[in-house]
Amino acid sequence: MGYKLTPAGLASLLDELATTRWIYGPVRYAGKGRLAGTDLITYGPVNGLADLAWDARTTFPPKEVFFPVKETLFYFSGREITESASEVKETVVFLRACDLNAVTRLDKIFLENGPAADNYYARRRQHTHFVLMECRESFPGCFCVSMGTNRPAGHQAALRPEGGYYLLQALAEPWLSLGERYGQPADVEPVWVQENPLTVKVPDRVDTSLFQHELWREYSSRCIACGRCTLSCPTCSCFSVQDIFYRDNPERGERRRVWASCQIDGFTDMAGGHQVRADRGDRMRFKVLHKIDDFRRRFGVNMCVGCGRCEEVCPEYISLARCVNTLSQLMNGGAGA
Amino acid sequence: MYNTKELIKNAYRITSRRGYTALRLRVPGGHLAAEYLSLIQDIARRYGNGTVHLTTRQGFEIPGIPLDKVPEVNQLLAPMLQQEAALGVAIENIQAGYPAAGTRNVTACIGSRVCPFANFDTTALAQKIEGLIYPNHYHVKIAITGCPNDCIKAHLQDIGIIGQVEPEYDPGRCIACEACVKNCRQFIVGALELVNYQVERDRKRCLGCGECILQCPMAAWTRGRRYYRIVALGRTGKKSPRLAANFLEGIDEKAVLQVISNLYRYIERHIDRSLPKEHVGYIVDRTGYQVFRDELLDGVNLGPKGRVARELTFYGYSYDRDLLWSK
Repeated sequence: MGYKLTPAGLASLLDELATTRWIYGPVRYAGKGRLAGTDLITYGPVNGLADLAWDARTTFPPKEVFFPVKETLFYFSGREITESASEVKETVVFLRACDLNAVTRLDKIFLENGPAADNYYARRRQHTHFVLMECRESFPGCFCVSMGTNRPAGHQAALRPEGGYYLLQALAEPWLSLGERYGQPADVEPVWVQENPLTVKVPDRVDTSLFQHELWREYSSRCIACGRCTLSCPTCSCFSVQDIFYRDNPERGERRRVWASCQIDGFTDMAGGHQVRADRGDRMRFKVLHKIDDFRRRFGVNMCVGCGRCEEVCPEYISLARCVNTLSQLMNGGAGA
Repeated sequence: MYNTKELIKNAYRITSRRGYTALRLRVPGGHLAAEYLSLIQDIARRYGNGTVHLTTRQGFEIPGIPLDKVPEVNQLLAPMLQQEAALGVAIENIQAGYPAAGTRNVTACIGSRVCPFANFDTTALAQKIEGLIYPNHYHVKIAITGCPNDCIKAHLQDIGIIGQVEPEYDPGRCIACEACVKNCRQFIVGALELVNYQVERDRKRCLGCGECILQCPMAAWTRGRRYYRIVALGRTGKKSPRLAANFLEGIDEKAVLQVISNLYRYIERHIDRSLPKEHVGYIVDRTGYQVFRDELLDGVNLGPKGRVARELTFYGYSYDRDLLWSK
């Protein structure tokens, strides 16, 4: 069902929704950008319509709402272990089509990869619901069309501002009844980006011979291993584990899991000090091939959703899109870019 | 025939070539709309010797101007004076050239308009200060720098203003990558340490440079309150060169501006008028720090984080050949 809402109507709708749900979305944090005088736009609690930032891509993806940066798994006290409790409330996340597609990638890793689902992920994820923020235009570096992630799937509702109103497509409750209450029925056809300025051709397959190709050496010197590309990626799911012994009582403590990055020193370091991928070009290869080849061979779909964040946040202007296009050319017998 | 005192106050120098002068143009904050370059070029070609010197204080100096052409050059300068007026500088006659030269051009590093390390827009503050203190005949040097790296060399000024930031840490976003810890240890002051997979900051050591914020890939470090540190009474000079000493820290822009206004009142009250000129550092050498401090802080709201130096500790040197050089 489609509904047309005034800004005041949508504001009231969100206020009502907030009485029973946590609402997260892109929020602009003034002055909190890395550089002086810039804002940070990222996921945070939405306390009213005015908080919802429509004009920019978030620096960090929405995954942190249901896959926290840092999460306590259990507490230990002597020999006793207590699993952490998760405060559960139905949660609504406003996100773009690329990020919505990214959730299906995370679901595959956490829920379908291996014999058991990841309980810590599942306990949040099952209470998380999505509202699509429709894109009419690409942000710089977006290539969702190339990845087929411009079309949404798995959301409860879709929303876009248009002509001073908001157009809501309600696909499930509570949006159907909220639409009835706060909007006027209307014909609403969802829109999505049909074309990006940037196109990326993912190779159909990648030869193992390319593992040793010189193209990776460029990244050995260019990459600074800061990890921004992966930490801003909506599909990266790696985490590390920390055991914390409380300083005032080392008999007690907790085990946490924390986001990790295959680009940062220390990732997959082994006892004895062996580093699996010490070279940064090798780390780039590992990441790129996971995003556009390894994952697809396991799950039938590319991991990368073309959100363009890794391109935008890289301080060294390293482009995943360019790298993937080069791989395609090499696989087609070309010389690469 | 020519009044050298008046010429100097008009921003013209007495030069090594008799009968010729050099004009010093102010560029507050060292940032200038490119359209003014054609004006500078025009004066240098028509009245000067066709060259321009880039001064140590971020201005332009046009040498080789015949002294009898000064009135004509002053008329051409009107657009530069209009710029000054737009910053709030009181200009009585826009056709008469610069009204003073004692208080030097306020210099600034390139600041946050260009430099990612800068904690604020240094040019904007320089222009604000220009409006506050110019025109003035007292010999005062002020420089503004966007972070404690001090690229503008604020430590060699009477008043050096250093932009700092209070980094705010969200442990919930920290993934213990240690980018901030390693960077601070290697390049800054080593104020950060990883304890139990979380970063602890030694507030006594932290310079407020903000590099942890730049380094952090997770926005676990973000920008908190911006504040300023003032270093005072640094100088070059033949008599006793020295680095400026820490005078104030943790103050806001309003306090900075008030302190600068008070500096001029202090000079007015204590300068030795028997001398042709007296640089403010030597006045403080006479009055002592306490008088300087109390008068500069008159009416200043230091705010909750403001701190005042107990004393000024200078690092300088004296020159004595017998002590310095090996035989």
